[in-house]
Order: sequence, then structure tokens, then C-alpha cells
Amino acid sequence: MASTTPTDTPPAPPLSPRSGTSTGRAGDKIFSGLSKGSGILLLVIMASIAGFLTYRAAIAISKDEGNFLTTFDWNASADPPVFGIAVLLVGTVISSIVAMVIAVPIAVGIALFISHYAPRRLAAPIAYIVDLLAAVPSIIYGIWGAIVLVPYLAGLNLWLDQYFAWTYIFDQTQPGVARNMLTVGILLAIMILPIVTSVSREVFLQVPRMNEEAALALGATRWEVIRLSVLPFGRSGVISASMLGLGRALGETMAVATVLSPSYLMSLHLLDPGGGTFAQNIAAKFGEANGVGRDALIASGLVLFVLTLLVNGAARLIIARRKEYSGANA
Amino acid sequence: MAKRIDVSGLSAYYGSHRAIDDISMTVEPRSVTAFIGPSGCGKSTFLRTLNRMHEVTPGGRVEGKVLLDDENLYGPNVDPVAVRRTVGMVFQRPNPFPTMSIFDNVAAGLRLNGTVRKSELADVVERSLKGANLWNEVKDRLNKPGSGLSGGQQQRLCIARAIAVEPDVLLMDEPCSALDPISTLAIEDLIGELKERFTIVIVTHNMQQAARVSDRTAFFNLAAVGQPGKLIEIDETERIFSNPSVQATEDYISGRFG
Ligand SMILES: Nc1ncnc2c1ncn2[C@@H]1O[C@H](COP(=O)(O)OP(=O)(O)OP(=O)(O)O)[C@@H](O)[C@H]1O
Ligand SMILES: [Mg+2]
Repeated sequence: MASTTPTDTPPAPPLSPRSGTSTGRAGDKIFSGLSKGSGILLLVIMASIAGFLTYRAAIAISKDEGNFLTTFDWNASADPPVFGIAVLLVGTVISSIVAMVIAVPIAVGIALFISHYAPRRLAAPIAYIVDLLAAVPSIIYGIWGAIVLVPYLAGLNLWLDQYFAWTYIFDQTQPGVARNMLTVGILLAIMILPIVTSVSREVFLQVPRMNEEAALALGATRWEVIRLSVLPFGRSGVISASMLGLGRALGETMAVATVLSPSYLMSLHLLDPGGGTFAQNIAAKFGEANGVGRDALIASGLVLFVLTLLVNGAARLIIARRKEYSGANA
Repeated sequence: MAKRIDVSGLSAYYGSHRAIDDISMTVEPRSVTAFIGPSGCGKSTFLRTLNRMHEVTPGGRVEGKVLLDDENLYGPNVDPVAVRRTVGMVFQRPNPFPTMSIFDNVAAGLRLNGTVRKSELADVVERSLKGANLWNEVKDRLNKPGSGLSGGQQQRLCIARAIAVEPDVLLMDEPCSALDPISTLAIEDLIGELKERFTIVIVTHNMQQAARVSDRTAFFNLAAVGQPGKLIEIDETERIFSNPSVQATEDYISGRFG
């Protein structure tokens, strides 16, 4: 490295390209004005939507004769309106948790298989098929769930209730077909499988070769390489992949609305028919709702929005932390 | 326990490309053997055939025999995983497990071998870190991540990790090329100590380093780009650097290469 002396500084740019630069500058100005403007426009639109929603939600909540947070029932179009999100919030969270518990391990397994076990000519088609699952419209999942999954799961429900009733969640206290939270969770699991799988697979493929060779050179088997090098490296990536899946599961509407037989019974027994989720409830009620009824649904939608925002925010935070971490080690 | 390596007729391929051709040599136990030669002549490839790491590269394939004492590493019933547990390796870029603590890094190999007793692990970790001349620098922060150490410390951590399982042979591929002169000296001293217990093979581009640390030196060369690398000669280091029997070796060592 030669030390920089004044004579080393590059000469001033020649004058000739100036003209080109000035149109470039005008272009820069127009472009930056445009992008600034559209950025601001976007913010204004967002703010006015949020403001509108909050305003309508506030109206609905002020007319609520029940407690918005703790009431089970949803009679928002009645007079006086009585409604609360308790059942919906619990249903949304529970069905999403069930979906995560089922989907994440399977997705990680498939992702590991694609990235580290399958021969290349098998890996690509499998990855493609899993990605294809994401292209199926959710109403199709709903119809399939209602026609195929629900009757098919009747046997599983019986079996779970018989042998695992002691776990409380698998204790079926109400008779009925399998239009319950477990079925919804299974369906949601299938729906979020592609996103969780493909993000995890990408992360696993990024494990630096030298990290894997460190384990290999110690005499690690393939599974031990995964345990020592791949999973620790991919952990935060899998977490953020799961969060993305969770965000999707929380907001899923049509599939849930098609499969569930909704009710406003609060139950933590997964096999009991009924329950509801925010999105499903809005889809089911919005058409016939009157003024206050619609505002009440908007209020519930706002809660779902905040919930999803929190989940996505957490996912982003984890991804950002991960970037920092890998940067420090680069 | 240090073992003799006896290579005969060894060729290695990447797909259809033959990277090294028909190499035969003997590496004595409790000695340091240095591999030198121009870039691309197959030093790393050859080194990686000695612990069956070559075949983890897609398309990697090996022909020939490598005897460790009397056992052929490429025999029909030999498990490559077991081979790698007895032939340790240190890489060019230090590669500690980034999320693991210093302690866990050193203990990783032992845990793979089934040692779980905390006291036994602690003993071996301390002994290995001392063996790698790292103990004094890290004894107060064994639970901190290994990736928080300096490059030279990380490389010594990798050496500690490799010797913790008491391998028969220790392979090192340019272990100092990413390090400053002081860390390099530290590792060279360490190699001098380790050869009392292990058979050591080291790849280096640094002639002085080869002259300083090794007992025997092997010179590899390739006829032209795209041609397989060959072993030109292997001899006492002193002889290679003073009076090699092949002209190409002398040209390379004196910088008249190419
Ligand atoms: N993963 C790989 N796939 C295909 N060819 C490879 C691969 N790794 C190395 N080669 C080829 O094998 C030959 C030997 O490479 P090798 O890395 O063993 O050389 P080297 O002597 O270690 O070089 P250097 O001194 O630069 O490390 C080269 O021609 C190289 O292009
Ligand atoms: Mg090399």
C-alpha cells in the first residue's frame, strides 16, 4: 500500500461529460421527487386507512353493551349490540399454534432433506412440488378440507379422545364431526408448509461449506453435521420462516370459514366442534351486518391487524439480528 | 497414537477431471512433512484424500491406496466417518463452530465419540487448549463463543479441537495463511511440539515455513494448467532446500518457477 500523498489524488474530472451530468441531475431530481411523492402518498393512504378503521372501531366499541375483550358472543347487529373478541382471539391463536406445531418440524425435515440428503435430481422436483402447494387457492384447501379431511379425521379424533383425553386438549367434551380447531390447524399447517419449507431450505443451503467441513473433519455423520453446523447456523432463519408462516395462518380466511362450524363457545379442547377466528368471523358475518355490525367487525379486524403486525415485526427483528450476527462473522 | 502413512498409486478426480495422478509416498510417524508446489497442483486435493474428505466434494473420487500403519483407508469395509475420527484436519480459514462456546468447540469431537462425563470433558478440554498454547488466553472465558477470538486464536482453537480426540495424524492445509507473523510463529512453535505426539502433514506456500517446521518436504508440480498434479520428489527438508535431485524443485524453490 503506497501512502497517499497529494500527488496521488485523482485529477479533477474533465469538463466534457458535464452536459451529460446535468441532464442526469435533472433526471435525479425528477426521480427523487417522484419517489418521495409516492412514498408520502403511500404513508398518507396508510394513515387514512388506519385512521378510518380506528374511528369506526371506536364507534363500535363505544356502543358495545358487552366487554369488547372478554365477551364470548358476537351479536353486533342486534339492538343493543353485544360482542367481544374473546372466542375469536383464542381461536385464532390456538389454530395458528396447532398449525405451527405440525408444520414447522415437517417443513424443517423436508428442507433438510432437500438441502442435505436428497440427490440433486430428486431435490429439485421435491422443492418444486412443495412450492406448488403455495399456488393452490385457499378456497380449494377449504373445500378439500371440508369434503376429505373432516370425515377422514373422525377416526383420529376418536382415537385421540380415547387415549389422550388426559392431556386436556385432546379431551372431546362435545359430540360432533371434526369441524374443529384441530382440523383447522392441520389444514393451516398444510397451507403454511411451503413458505416455511422454502425459507428454511434457502437458509440451510447458505451454511458456509467450511462450517460443514469443520464437523465432517471431526468424523461427524451426516446427521451430526446437521446438528453441529447446519441447525445452529439456520436456527434464526427457521424462526423467521416460522413467523412468516404464522403471519399467514393468523390471517387465513376462506379455508377456515369453509371447514369450521363456527360457534361462540369458549373451549380449549381442540376436538370440540366450533370456535372461530377473526378472519373467518368477518367473512361469515360481513355480508349481513348492519352499520354497527360492520364497525364491530372492523374493530375485530383491527385487532387481527395488530396481532399480525406484531408477529411480522418480531420476524423482522430476528432476521435483522441474524444479519448483524453473520456480518460480524464474515 | 502417531501412525505411518503409506500412499501408493493414488489418483483423485473431480468428476472426469483428474486433479492428481499416481502419487506414492511414505510419511513417517512423529514427523512433520510439508507439501509445497504451485497453486493448483493438487496439494489440498491430495491432503484431503488422506482423511477421505475428498469424496465429500460433489464428483470427488479416489483411486489407489492409503495405508495407515497397515490399514487401507480405502478398503471395502472402511467407514469414512471413522477415518476422519482418527485423522484430524485443520483448514486454511479458521472455522470454529460459530455458535458454540470455546469449551464446546474443543469438546465437540469428544462428544461425537460418546464422551459425556463433564469432568472428563473438562480435563480433555484443558489439556487440548494447553496443547494448542491457547489455555492462558481463554481460560477465563471458556463459555464465550469461539467466534469472538482473534484469527490466530481461532486457528489455535481449531487445532485444540482437532487434537482433543487424540488423532493418529494431523493434516493442516495452509494453517497460517490467514494469520499475522506473530500468530504464525505461535503456530509453528506449536507444530514443533505436536510432532512429538502426532504425525503431521502441512501444506504451505511459505518456503521459510516449510524449511522451519518440517522434517521432510514433498514438492508437487503440474505440467500445464488442466493437467493433473504430480509428486515430483520427497526428501529430507534440508536436502530439498539445499540440493534437490530434480531441477524443477530447485527452480521452484529459488523462485525461477514459470
Ligand atoms: N471443488 C472442485 N471442483 C473441481 N475442481 C477442483 C475443485 N477443487 C479443486 N479443483 C481442481 O483441482 C486442482 C487441484 O486443486 P487444489 O485445490 O488441490 O490445488 P492446491 O495445490 O491446493 O492449490 P492452492 O495452492 O492454490 O491451494 C485444480 O486444478 C483445481 O482447479
Ligand atoms: Mg490448496
